[in-house]
This record gives sequence, C-alpha cells and structure tokens, in this order.
Amino acid sequence: MQEVELQDILTAREDGDYIINIGPQHPSTHGVLRFVVSLKGEMLEYVIPHCGYIHRGIEKMCERLTYPQIIHLTDRMDYLSAHMNNEAVSLLVEKATGVEVPERVKYIRTILSELQRIQSHQLWWAAFGMDMGGLTCFFYGLRDREKILDIFEESFGSRLLHSYICPGGVMNDIHPNFQKRTKEFIKYFRKKLPEYDELLTGNIIFEMRTKGMGVLSKGEAISYGLTGPPGRASNFACDIRKLYPYSAYDKVEFKEILYTEGDTWARYKVRMAEMWESMKIIEQLIDNIPEGDFTIKMKPVIRLPEGEYSQRVETARGELGVYVVSKGEKTPYRMHFRTPNFSNLFVMNRLAAGNKIADLIAISGSLDLVIPDIDR
Amino acid sequence: MEKEQLGQVLSELFPSLEINTSQDPVRVKADTGSIHSLAMTLRDDSRFQFDYLFNMYGIDREDRFTLVYYLESTIFRHIVAIETDLADHDNPVVESISDLWKTAEFQEREIYDLMGVSFTNHPDPRRLFLEDGWAFPLRKDYKDDINFIER
Repeated sequence: MQEVELQDILTAREDGDYIINIGPQHPSTHGVLRFVVSLKGEMLEYVIPHCGYIHRGIEKMCERLTYPQIIHLTDRMDYLSAHMNNEAVSLLVEKATGVEVPERVKYIRTILSELQRIQSHQLWWAAFGMDMGGLTCFFYGLRDREKILDIFEESFGSRLLHSYICPGGVMNDIHPNFQKRTKEFIKYFRKKLPEYDELLTGNIIFEMRTKGMGVLSKGEAISYGLTGPPGRASNFACDIRKLYPYSAYDKVEFKEILYTEGDTWARYKVRMAEMWESMKIIEQLIDNIPEGDFTIKMKPVIRLPEGEYSQRVETARGELGVYVVSKGEKTPYRMHFRTPNFSNLFVMNRLAAGNKIADLIAISGSLDLVIPDIDR
Repeated sequence: MEKEQLGQVLSELFPSLEINTSQDPVRVKADTGSIHSLAMTLRDDSRFQFDYLFNMYGIDREDRFTLVYYLESTIFRHIVAIETDLADHDNPVVESISDLWKTAEFQEREIYDLMGVSFTNHPDPRRLFLEDGWAFPLRKDYKDDINFIER
C-alpha cells in the first residue's frame, strides 16, 4: 500500500496519472464524504477519504448535557441504528448507577434493535443495488422498509430519530398493535426476502462485479478494527451480541454469520443472512414479552459515581463503544464514542487500490457507511 | 486468561507497572516512554496475543493529558486497558503505535485533531475533521467564541 501525503495531491503527477475528486455530494457516498482518488487509466492507485463535512462536535456537546439529554444526540450519529445507539448510552448509565431494568424492557429493547437492524439492511440492499445499476432494488427495499417505519411511527411517533430507549427503560409502553403488526411484518417479509435473492443475488453481472473484489484477510480486518458485517465477511468473529450478551440476547438462539472470502460478495451475503437471523430472534421474543413495568423510576437528576465506564453494543454496522469519564457530576467529564463506521471507512484505500474505478462504488457500498457516524 | 491471572503475568513481566485488577477490564498504568514497547509485547507475546485495538481516546485532565488504549485478544478474549499520563500539558507528545495496528493511525489522527496530542513516527500527521489552525476543541480551555456548544 502506498503511503499518501497531502503534497502528492498538490504537486503535478507524472504522465498518465489523474487526480480526481469524488464527492462531497456524490450519490454513491451516501452522505457528505469526499474521496480523492489517483487514477492510472481506469485503475485506482490510491483513495484518500476526507471527512469532517458534518462534524458537529457531539463529544464536546455531551460534556454540557445531562445523560437523558445525551440520548437525543446519539440518534444523530448512526441514524439507521438509532435504537442501538440509545441503548448503548442507557445500558452504560444503568450499569454505572447499579440499576436493574425489568425483563419487559430487555425484551422490548432486543426486538427493537433487531427490527432496526432489518430496516437498516433493507436500506443498504436498496442503495447497494442502485449503486450497481439496478434501480428496481431501490423500490423493492424501500417498499418493505416502509412497513417497519410504519410500526415505529405508530409506537413511538417517529420514523428515524426515535430517542425511545432511555436510562431505566423505554419512554412509554409499546402500542397495543405493536406485537400484532410486527408478527404480520415477519410473515410478510419471510415471503419477500427470497425476492431479493431472485432479483440481485443470482445476477451474473452482479456476481462478476462483487466476487473477488476488495479482498481483506482476517488478520488485516482485525488490524484495521473492521467490525460488523464487513469484519464477519473476513471470518473475524466480532459479534458483541454473542461475545458479551446484553439485554435479552442471552435468551435467544441465533447464528453468528461468518464468511471466509472477505470480498464484496461475502459482505453482501453476511447482511442477507443476518436479516434471516434477525427475524428468527424477533420470532422467539415477540410472543413472550413479560408483563410488567416499561420503566423503573430513576432519580430526577442522574449522577454517575466517579470513575470510568464503558459499554459495547452491536449496531447494524458493527461495534459501538461508549466510554465515559465521570467526576460525580450530572454531566460527563469526557464522553467518547468508538463508532463502527469510523474504523470501517479507513479500510477503503486498502480495499480499492488496484481495482477499477467502477469497483470503488461497489466496495464503498459493501461497507455500508453512514457518514454522520464517522464525523460525529 | 482470567483477570487475576492476567494481572499476575503482567506484573511478573513488567514489575514497574501499576496494575488494577479490581476493575473491569484490567487497567494498567504505563510510562509514556514505554507505551510502544509495552504494546508490542502485549501484541506479540504468545501468552497475551492482544491483536485487536478496539478503542483509544484521550482525556484532558487540565494539568495533564491521559491516553487510554483498549486491547482485546481475539484468541483468548481477555481485555486490558492501558493508561498513560502525558505530564507536559503545553506540548503533549507520545510515540505512535500505528505501525502495530492499522486502526491506530486514524484514531491517533482524531486524537491529534480534537485534543492536540502529537504522535511521533506517525505516517500521516494531518488533521482529520477540522481545518488547520483551528483550536483543539476537546481541550477544557477551548474558547467557544461563536457559542457552538453553550447557549
């Protein structure tokens, strides 16, 4: 791999080399991200990601906010994994204050996380298909995703930024229709998911553009800190739900999907299989939600005892870590988020260099980046 | 390895380290100068095999900076948190570990960008999010002139 200096971009290149700029407003970057790429003919020599276009200083803002207020900021990091982000901060606060939440809350949180994972993967599949030139995928994916968003809207009044999981439980009890509609959705989606395979998975053009592209070995995946579906496609067992179970994940049975190929195709297959696994988890829990309170009474002002705390959860894109240094105040002294997309982005140069420029789009699509999660 | 065993092996190998096994994960306090050699031993020693650096971040404690590295072994599944204090608050410098873990290169760039801690031997010591010349926002003495954070 070539080490890249800023000076390389500014100085004139030798004959035959082009420096071109992709983004920050390019459809394939799914947000405001800029790639500077060097081309020799059609081949990529290196790819430099430039981020920071939507840096909001969330870690600094957290130092001025109380813990229940911070929940509302975490939605805005990885907006497709909003429930998991809320859950990470909530679990940390509960662990630090020594609070045990009711069983009902654990079940609700787990079901919501898995619903969120399915809708995130649906949107990824829709956009990935579109990036590769299959516009029909976009309509199929969004058609089914609407059904989950409708369930969310009915239950929590919001479709994207829920702020529903809070320290001590959830904001309010689930809607009376929630269980019925979720079961209807699972029944519906079990019929529809094979359509996804018919449309895209068996397509010979799609296979040729993904198989053997952007291969990453297991050792490199660990070294780059690649987690989530891209990590598991390289045979790196990094599923926090399996390794350090939280909420109700220790009560359900599911497989950790591992592939050994480590290419774009394997990253695609991992997510497709994860949607089946998520449906299995929801089916095990949805009929058994225990009766009880949806929240426990927390103190009006939550103060964490002095010390350092950490919590890791599995979002739709990988490992999210929340790290808090507390001095016993109602606001954290320092809050740090280890976000999955941050590590996943910087493997771009390693994966794309040496491939054709058209494959850059397929490779960045297979990493499923959400840019606000990188910049924070 | 279990926490107590891990602490014991570590203290035999590095007698000068401050090791706290009562917390989860095990916390180790190391000298700033020995960070690189300690990290290399932890990664390469067959008893530890800490091959996965899953997080690192900095804390501004007003009189000094603290860097925390979280390491996990994907083979044995034990975790250790290494802490180091950078005593010089005006000019904090530490050796980069980006040659050991690729992910450290970008985590260090983020720490430099937001906290102002410099890393020696870093292959690409540029800022990551903010423009050159911007003050380091995660420092406690950061001046918030345009009321970004506090209203």
